[in-house]
Amino acid sequence: MQTGNLLLLLVVMIAGAYYMGHRRSFALARPLGGIRHLHSLPFYYAMRTAIWCAIPALVVLGAWLIFDDTLIRVTVMDSLPADSQPVDASSANLLLNQIGNVASGAIAASEVSPAVAAAAEKLNSLRSLNRMALAVVVIVVAMLGAAWGWLKISPQMRARQQVEKVLQTLFMLSATIAILTTVGILMSVMFESVRFFGKVPATDFLFGLQWSPQTALRADQVASEGAFGAIPLFMGTLLISAIALLVAVPVGLMSAIYLAEYAPPKVRSFAKPALEVLAGVPTVVYGFFAALTVAPVIRQLGESIGLDVASESALAAGLVMGVMIIPFVSSLADDVITAVPQALRDASLGLGATRSETIKKVIFPAALPGIMGGILLAASRAIGETMIVVMAAGLAANLTVNPLEAVTTVTVQIVTLLTGDQEFDSAKTLAAFALGLMLFITTLLLNVVALHIVKKYREQYD
Amino acid sequence: MDTAEKFDDKTPRSDTPASQSEGEQAMENSTRYPEQTIGSPYVDNAKMSMRDVDVFYGDKQAIHGVSLDIGKNEVVALIGPSGCGKSTFLRCLNRMNDTIDICQVKGSLHLEDQDLYDPKLDVVELRARVGMVFQKPNPFPKSIYDNVAYGPRIHGLANKKYDLDEIVETSLQKAGLWNEVKDRLHSPGTGLSGGQQQRLCIARTIAVSPEVVLMDEPCSALDPIATAKIEELIAELSESYTIAIVTHSMQQAARVSNRTAYFHLGRLVEMNDTETVFTKPEHDLTEAYITGRFG
Amino acid sequence: MSKTTEQVRKSLAKRYRAEKMFKAYGMAAIGFGLLALVLLFTDIIGKGHSAFFETYVQMDVTFDEYTLDIMDVNDDEELNFANYDGLIRDALREKFPGVDGRQEKRELYGLVSTGAGYELRDMLRADRKLLGQTRTLWLLADDDVDVYVKSSSDDRLESRLSENQKTWIQTFEAEDKLELQWNKSLFTHGDSREPELAGIWGAVMGSLFTMIVTLLLSFPIGVAAAIYLEEFAPKNRFTDFIEVNINNLAAVPSIIFGLLGLAVIIGLFGMPRSVPLVGGIVLTLMTLPTIIISSRAAIKAVPPSIRQAAMGLGASNMQVVLHHVLPLALPGMLTGAIIGMAQALGETAPLLMIGMVAFIVDVPGGPLDPSTVLPVQIYLWADSPEQSFVALTSAAIMVLLTFLIAMNTLAVFLRKRLERRW
Repeated sequence: MQTGNLLLLLVVMIAGAYYMGHRRSFALARPLGGIRHLHSLPFYYAMRTAIWCAIPALVVLGAWLIFDDTLIRVTVMDSLPADSQPVDASSANLLLNQIGNVASGAIAASEVSPAVAAAAEKLNSLRSLNRMALAVVVIVVAMLGAAWGWLKISPQMRARQQVEKVLQTLFMLSATIAILTTVGILMSVMFESVRFFGKVPATDFLFGLQWSPQTALRADQVASEGAFGAIPLFMGTLLISAIALLVAVPVGLMSAIYLAEYAPPKVRSFAKPALEVLAGVPTVVYGFFAALTVAPVIRQLGESIGLDVASESALAAGLVMGVMIIPFVSSLADDVITAVPQALRDASLGLGATRSETIKKVIFPAALPGIMGGILLAASRAIGETMIVVMAAGLAANLTVNPLEAVTTVTVQIVTLLTGDQEFDSAKTLAAFALGLMLFITTLLLNVVALHIVKKYREQYD
Repeated sequence: MDTAEKFDDKTPRSDTPASQSEGEQAMENSTRYPEQTIGSPYVDNAKMSMRDVDVFYGDKQAIHGVSLDIGKNEVVALIGPSGCGKSTFLRCLNRMNDTIDICQVKGSLHLEDQDLYDPKLDVVELRARVGMVFQKPNPFPKSIYDNVAYGPRIHGLANKKYDLDEIVETSLQKAGLWNEVKDRLHSPGTGLSGGQQQRLCIARTIAVSPEVVLMDEPCSALDPIATAKIEELIAELSESYTIAIVTHSMQQAARVSNRTAYFHLGRLVEMNDTETVFTKPEHDLTEAYITGRFG
Repeated sequence: MSKTTEQVRKSLAKRYRAEKMFKAYGMAAIGFGLLALVLLFTDIIGKGHSAFFETYVQMDVTFDEYTLDIMDVNDDEELNFANYDGLIRDALREKFPGVDGRQEKRELYGLVSTGAGYELRDMLRADRKLLGQTRTLWLLADDDVDVYVKSSSDDRLESRLSENQKTWIQTFEAEDKLELQWNKSLFTHGDSREPELAGIWGAVMGSLFTMIVTLLLSFPIGVAAAIYLEEFAPKNRFTDFIEVNINNLAAVPSIIFGLLGLAVIIGLFGMPRSVPLVGGIVLTLMTLPTIIISSRAAIKAVPPSIRQAAMGLGASNMQVVLHHVLPLALPGMLTGAIIGMAQALGETAPLLMIGMVAFIVDVPGGPLDPSTVLPVQIYLWADSPEQSFVALTSAAIMVLLTFLIAMNTLAVFLRKRLERRW
């Protein structure tokens, strides 16, 4: 039975369990003189029966689906005769693929060795057996659960509390997904990074000045060893982020100040949403704009005054990234500026300060921690931004601080390394995870510090 | 110069105190407002004079035709129940209401012969001449010294560090705070107690040497001891400054002011010597308020 | 006038100059932002608007049995593999009889798109009686012809077309047998190497399936998490830790979620690459923080008086939440969800990691078919060398932006209409 059909059947059974539970609670209530003699409403007894039907069955189904593939694979591989056992992990993968292809009919059984053909047959039979067994087990578990839930219904049972407890647990599990995600991210980048640092020393990676991850396909090729010194990537990332922040921070900050303190209501009601549109534009659109419009313009401008500008200059990517971050900075700045109590403005204006004096000498210093937090968040944004740099920055890892030259960034390299046709556990692919680890740690630190500052700042004026 | 008479020329309506018959009529019908303010809202040596002031918040009218004078070096108390418009009126006197977009002020308001709402008037200059102390102490999150020095600095009142030090010291002395803070001038102003903070705000206001000081319930957030200190301070300050104070406490008005104005629902009901208002209130509403029947 | 007033007056001119400058900086900043917005949109629309129409040429096509090389018109197999390109070549040679030589012929045949043959096939399959007849038909032109037709006379000089081809096109133009028609393939086809045949429909469907998965997962989980944190969570370290995690995840770069998807969902759980289901799961993890944060705000906005009223009647905590708080907070939560969905719809980087960048011609039929999504399609096309793809990319961007604007407008509308003010 297909998993989809099984799920459908399960839904029907759950509905049935609900109905039965509902009927039984009414039946029990009748001799007592109505449902008000039950502890809980019939709805809760019915829900409880349905839950007993659903949850054990779903847990079994989930666990089964997670592990069955691995189990079948191991069984099939073990069934191979000793002389066809694969020697290492990559040939095992290859063999497994071949068996899979034979089993699904993509490769004719006659084209492969008899051992593989036999394994394919075994795979097929195991799979159908697996499916059958799964269906039977899940249905039995569901029925047992429903029967148990149904039998236990009694007028004294605290069904509502139990149902509510289950719901609350489900809610809590939903909330812990945030933790699981963080753990998942950490584990995935850590695990692969550790393997990477097994191949390339961490010091070479962190302090090396040379980045050319092209590992040779054949052992006898020239330049068979890639260089994994990430300093040029870090510098490139910093350079582009710095350009972006140089654009976004002054513009975003002044826009926020103007909108909060000066703009007439009409201008504000128009300009604020217009700036927010900039935040809603997908990054891939900015990337297109940077690569096809801004970069050529900058190049032409540079050439017209006699400067040599790379066609994928850091300036173009940084400039457009800055534009993207403007609304981010301005809305954060707007939050912290409006959080400064009106009393402070009144005090300053009441002394005869002009608006700009009030802003510069009272509001800005008071809002400074909040603004710093906002800038850190913006920096984290710029460092992690991917599409703009993938499309508009270069691939060559130049170690330079000249914004007119092409540089590459951490995110660009992650994308390039992982979208090529490369084996999963080559140093090249693993390098992407090591870069991911660096990116995650950096942004994590920036975020935690920034969020802490902003929180402290908020508490100060609450 | 008799400003009251000067304004009589401009305003067609008679500004003389209410006639006897009108006063009697008002007393008979206690729920009705007097046509004219009862008592003597005008003085000869007016520092500020306001005539027929209306204030609107959008469509809502908050102040209805209030006319009064604030005499030179006198302390005028504005009293009345909550929401009677006394604070709103006070904030018109140095145009703090400008910071509220929907607020509109009509009528004539003068500081000596300067029209406060003259479009050519500079608010910055006006606010340097008419300082304000707010309900809640609002020191800047800066040092005590910087708080007091803020006004002189932005207005360029001191050329040298030495001058500035002197202004800060005298201002703090006048505000009665010098002895308490002279050893920690560079610690944050927000670290002071509530009463000290309010005196710091007063010091900050007088550091600009304003001619008039407006105080909007300056003691409402303070304990009785701190309040007593501020009241002493007001008495001292009245020797060199003209003061208008909004207060919720009738005892305070009685203690610190020379004249008292009673506001009710946006109207100035009665204004007279403080003693007269508290001992022989003419209008029923005033009497009801000062005897504590509402408010 | 006092001494102070005099001094204040002296300082005024300078201070007002500073004030004006400061205000001017502010206006310049706003101006810069708005200018960038206007430039971005005019640039995209300027580049993309032409892609909504493509060039067709009119010719007389004879459905000739011999050229087609078919015996039985009712044999579907034969009809599928018949030589329709031959019909077009015949028609072209008939129109320009003087053409001779291999090179010249290839140039001539290059005028019409390779996709035109499929249209003839579809026509014949729909109406078998066409065999042997001659029809005057509009045939889709090649993308180079399209670019040439759409460009100004100056740009025409730089065209990739040969002099012969230009002459032939001018003949079509002179006879009024060349026109721009609505670009059907853009909204019906999947990707293609031929710009005139490439469409966004495959990507749109891929985006749709991905968004459905994302919405079905992220909304219930996000709302449940928000309810737990606002209504049930005890104030302890564990809860604080969850909050820190959520706030932090909201600021983690999206590409990191792609790495998570690649290593855990594809690598560990063995789910297939390039499918909307995996894309949806990754985007769910990415948008969850947004949805949780906005849902919590919506719950916070429900006044405590409502909770107290319900509790006073003896409702349990859970009943208070499900009967009162949730319905009142739902519009706010929906608004947050739509904004989160809009964010997910525009996301590209994490999907690159899980292999949704493949060149996929077929329109996907479900969340388990390999597919790409609209932003990734834009990324792929932006990389293509053909000039026509620039216009196509911009057109795809216009479609994507239209969706995003529609979603955000809906969110604003919902907020205005449904959200209660307390």
